[in-house]
Amino acid sequence: MSREAFIVGTGRGIPEKILTNADLEKIVDTSDAWITERTGIKFRHMTDESTSTSDIALLAAQNAMESAGWSAADVQCIILATVTPDYPFPATACLIADRLGLSRVPAWDFEAGCSGFVYGLIQAKAFIEAGFFDRMLVIGADCLTKITNWKDRASCVLFGDGAGAVAVSSQGPGGRLGGYHWGSDGAISDLLIQHGGGSKHPASHETVDAAMHTIAMNGSETFKHAVRAMRDACMKALEMEGLDKSEVDLLISHQANWRIIDATARALSLKPEQVYVNIDRYGNTSAASIPIALDEVARGGLLSPPKRLVTAAFGAGLTWAAMVLSWKA
Amino acid sequence: MSLESRVTEIIVDKLGTRPEEVTPEAGFQTDLGADSLDLVELIMAFEDSFKLKISEEDSAKLRTVGDVISYLNQHGVSE
Repeated sequence: MSREAFIVGTGRGIPEKILTNADLEKIVDTSDAWITERTGIKFRHMTDESTSTSDIALLAAQNAMESAGWSAADVQCIILATVTPDYPFPATACLIADRLGLSRVPAWDFEAGCSGFVYGLIQAKAFIEAGFFDRMLVIGADCLTKITNWKDRASCVLFGDGAGAVAVSSQGPGGRLGGYHWGSDGAISDLLIQHGGGSKHPASHETVDAAMHTIAMNGSETFKHAVRAMRDACMKALEMEGLDKSEVDLLISHQANWRIIDATARALSLKPEQVYVNIDRYGNTSAASIPIALDEVARGGLLSPPKRLVTAAFGAGLTWAAMVLSWKA
Repeated sequence: MSLESRVTEIIVDKLGTRPEEVTPEAGFQTDLGADSLDLVELIMAFEDSFKLKISEEDSAKLRTVGDVISYLNQHGVSE
């Protein structure tokens, strides 16, 4: 029988500090009503100055290992999706592995914007099904508030910090990693970009003065591509799994904006109760949004009776990805 | 169905307005209560229904129902 991969544990790591829409009204020209109407966000969590991505990712990883019943010796590989690593190098995954006591396992970061976590699930499926590993940790963690342009009223209200993780095993029972679709379009990379700090525009006084180290986003155009890319990715992932959209129990979409989630759900003819939404409490946490939602769904008892989920994300690149996660036999 | 009726139908569906409010002079944001994201969704619906691509620059100029009908006429959509 061919090998399969299953989610057997979930965890999240959320910074305690909360930034409300009312707090933002004091920083930029905005209002609770404007933010709520256009994004669905009421508050978001935020790391403090002494906390970075590895700290919240570590918490998420520990919680996922605990829920899977794993000890450090069980983990054979750890991968992290992030656009806000602790350092440009070394990889933050190595720092997390060390703090978990896994000093010798392969560990690396990768970056696919907000699609990163689903890209990670697809990698885990490939490695586990091919027999490279039996037990992997897949983490999505970001501190977008560290790269937010607080003078950009259109984008600074959107972002929050958080981390989520899953334990993926070759042995069930659990959420089987099923049909998927992933892709990218670099022709529209300028819609969502951090211009400075890489080899194109290395950090300098000029790049700092020009605010090139923060997120620059063309919201309307990104919205358009996001809705279409997530709809198409979901349909292709379902097709690979041999499912019709009517057989989906729950959509876990990247939480960027409830209007995008709503438009994607309508494109898939899903009812509101078939769509998981927590953007009101987190904002856009980039690669962390889907694993945080998965952890809430799992711990909130929403997986019993067993369900068939589809996850979908889009992000900088642009990138997009979707995967069917099946808790059904 | 005429081009005007199809455009009206899309606007009514997306914005939840009454058909009689959808006059050529009606502005999406000024008269029909659309916000910036409603506008994006409207443009997407026009693109899907009339099988064309409306650039970001052109989208910004489509402020009224009449603007959209003229744009579609100019781009070879007649009905």
